[in-house]
Amino acid sequence: MKTAPYLLSLPALLLFAAVVIVPLGMTVALSFHDWGQYKGIVPVFILKNWREVFSDSYYGEMFWRTFRIALLVTLLSAVFGAPEAYILNRMRSPWRGLFLLVILGPLLISVVARTLGWALLFGGKSGLINAVLLSLGLISAPLPFMFTETGIVVALTHVLMPYMVLAVWAALQRLDPQVENAAITLGAGPFTVLRRIVLPQAMPGILSGAVIVFALAASAFATPAIIGGRRLKVASTLAYDEFLNTLNWPLGAAVAVLLLVALVLIVFGANRWVERRYAQVFG
Amino acid sequence: MRRNGPLALCYHALFVAFTLAPIIVVCWVAFTPEGYLSFPTTHWSLRWFHAIARYPEFISAFWRSIGLGALSSIIAVAISVPAALAIARYRFAGREAFTALFMSPLMIPNVVLGIAFLRFFTEVGLGGTFTGLVLAHIVIIFPFALRLTLASAVGLDRALEHAALSLGASEWTVMKRIILPLVLPGLVSGWALAFINSFDEVTMTVFVAAPGTETLPVRMFLYIQDNIDPLVTSVSACVIVVTVAALVALDRAYGLERLLVGRGGNDGR
Amino acid sequence: MAFLELENLTKRFGQQTAVDGLWLGVDKGEFVSLLGPSGCGKTTTLQMIAGFVEPTSGAIRLEERDLLAVKPAQRGLGVVFQSYALFPHMTVVQNVSFGLEMQGVAGAERAKRVGETLELVGLGSFTERFPRQLSGGQQQRVALARALVIRPRILLLDEPLSNLDAKLREEMQIELRQIQRTVGTTTILVTHDQAEAMALSDRIVVMNKGRAEQIGPPYEAYERPATPFVASFLGKTNLVKGIAVRPERISFAASGLAGTVRTRIFQGNHWLYQVETSDGLVTVIRQNTGEPMPVEGAVVHLSWMAG
Repeated sequence: MKTAPYLLSLPALLLFAAVVIVPLGMTVALSFHDWGQYKGIVPVFILKNWREVFSDSYYGEMFWRTFRIALLVTLLSAVFGAPEAYILNRMRSPWRGLFLLVILGPLLISVVARTLGWALLFGGKSGLINAVLLSLGLISAPLPFMFTETGIVVALTHVLMPYMVLAVWAALQRLDPQVENAAITLGAGPFTVLRRIVLPQAMPGILSGAVIVFALAASAFATPAIIGGRRLKVASTLAYDEFLNTLNWPLGAAVAVLLLVALVLIVFGANRWVERRYAQVFG
Repeated sequence: MRRNGPLALCYHALFVAFTLAPIIVVCWVAFTPEGYLSFPTTHWSLRWFHAIARYPEFISAFWRSIGLGALSSIIAVAISVPAALAIARYRFAGREAFTALFMSPLMIPNVVLGIAFLRFFTEVGLGGTFTGLVLAHIVIIFPFALRLTLASAVGLDRALEHAALSLGASEWTVMKRIILPLVLPGLVSGWALAFINSFDEVTMTVFVAAPGTETLPVRMFLYIQDNIDPLVTSVSACVIVVTVAALVALDRAYGLERLLVGRGGNDGR
Repeated sequence: MAFLELENLTKRFGQQTAVDGLWLGVDKGEFVSLLGPSGCGKTTTLQMIAGFVEPTSGAIRLEERDLLAVKPAQRGLGVVFQSYALFPHMTVVQNVSFGLEMQGVAGAERAKRVGETLELVGLGSFTERFPRQLSGGQQQRVALARALVIRPRILLLDEPLSNLDAKLREEMQIELRQIQRTVGTTTILVTHDQAEAMALSDRIVVMNKGRAEQIGPPYEAYERPATPFVASFLGKTNLVKGIAVRPERISFAASGLAGTVRTRIFQGNHWLYQVETSDGLVTVIRQNTGEPMPVEGAVVHLSWMAG
């Protein structure tokens, strides 16, 4: 047996074993522990937390809200991000590079700063969006954005949109520009070219972008915490509350583990489906 | 290739406006002369930038974030290089599993990692320490470092090493004169991408950091949780400016497209 | 009036003139090649006919009607692209029937024509495969079938064989010529390969720097090149005593221009010589007939018939 690759991987393996696998295992174990206001965490094996998570409709509602938001964000990102990637792909130098930087750059700007921007745009009387809509006469009373699902969806779509653009862009890069010309010479109009030639080839990119956006939206923390406030909870903000406010760690761990398992199942399932569907065509 | 029509360009303009709006708004409000949130139109002021100096917890959090990002990125790159060589050059049992494991922090929600780290560090006595923060950050930025070092290692033509060896170079000379210069851009970019990701991370860090070891994004997040005032906009504006500067430098040096898509662009087409 | 007319066709990209006042008439059923080095304007010319590039000035007429007024999608031309540009998400049959769908040809008729065309290009049994499951030669045939099935008024071939290896390329040349004879479609081929152009075409247009240097049958262009550029581009040529002489027209003789054999290269069916003479290096090609040939260092005499 070759030892070289194992020796080379050893530092990373040790790190991941100690700081990823062990802590995750401890978290799963934690979700089965007991907890009480005065006794704290009791290291026993009970199903109390899991029973509570599955039986109390509060948690069902909260998870349903989490995935509903994630689904909406994914849908909006695909509907608005994919056309933008196509437009970007048709731009020429130097505009293409410039706008790619403008659109993908925010990915690396602090989520807290970006969400703060939305809080300012949404916010009460000084909210810019409502001020503009009111002055244009489009609405008669300010729309509620802060502390609503609408607000979370809009802000999260903004935060995660670059991932969709990136994924579709990568798929379009593989597209032979002559293929569109080929369709035109065969008599296809612009709309037919888009629907029958470009969209099917961009589809793997849209789907892989959708998986990324969905996973990140369902586990987003800072944006729902700031826009949703203390009352509108999603899975990650609820877990945060249990850990740092209520201090019921075992219950928080159960919520977190459930979120992880659900996401892993969804992401793996989606990836398998996409791969199987396109294996023959694109390989 | 066909050009974009006027409709497409209108859509593009709206999209860019949507992308930039919240970022611009933060920077705009930061210049308010008032004591409350407002959009300055006639009077602009730097008072809230000066005000940052009166909040030492922001200053110290900023330096902590810089130090944490720099240190954890260096360690992450250093550990990722041998791992990348193993994955790029050998076919061995467990290769796929190792790769999946090293990339797993991208898959696992940061909130779950934060909880796991919090539990683990509390148990082993690293709770709320800077050491704990460094360990946690190495793990979450490791995939970014690995991706770029792996790209460098895969792109390295082994024939070059064989050529150097055949010309009489020692293993050490090959490493120093051939391999290192070729992979250095990848390593530096990997470090930079890891640094930015560490510098911006809030979700996981909010669990691991304690009052004495808060990073800048955590400090900002906790501040916003209590109330939103012009101070936090001026701090955010500073963060945005620093990130944009780093971004532009990174784009010039390596190409943002290559960095994010993971392969060369063809802008000149 | 010819079937297709290019009249003073010109294309400028900024300061650069890609095509410079090109006149060309192509007859119905004719096979014409645009031949030249890269950047000579041959591809731009093809793209103007197809409608991907708009001419700066000049006109294109097809059957006496202004082709430039017709949208690319309505021109009814078949194009085979250098990259083949097959639709990667469609099977062979779907690729080939796409153009017929666009024309609104009914299902039964469509299936019949697609089947016939695939038989014509020799791909009758690969119908349900996706492009990436085919070899380069097979992809090339699909591209050809896709262009031919719509019964184009003109078939435009953009370096169609350049992605194939040498042996396959030769086979495809013969096949392409046979198919074109069978269907009789007027064809314009763009290529930088002089052997390919000469093998396939009724006439060739030798282009250089956006201009047509010579238009004529391949044999004529080879034998009577109009310019030094045409002479040098269509095969090897020597300039001896001020006249151009093809290497294969020079023979070793008892008397004539004296020289010393510098190098001798055996190339299977012929020998390639470099002979140093008082007039500089002269390239000589002699058939391999099995007879003994001069060796390196030998003193030889060269004779040729001017022509």
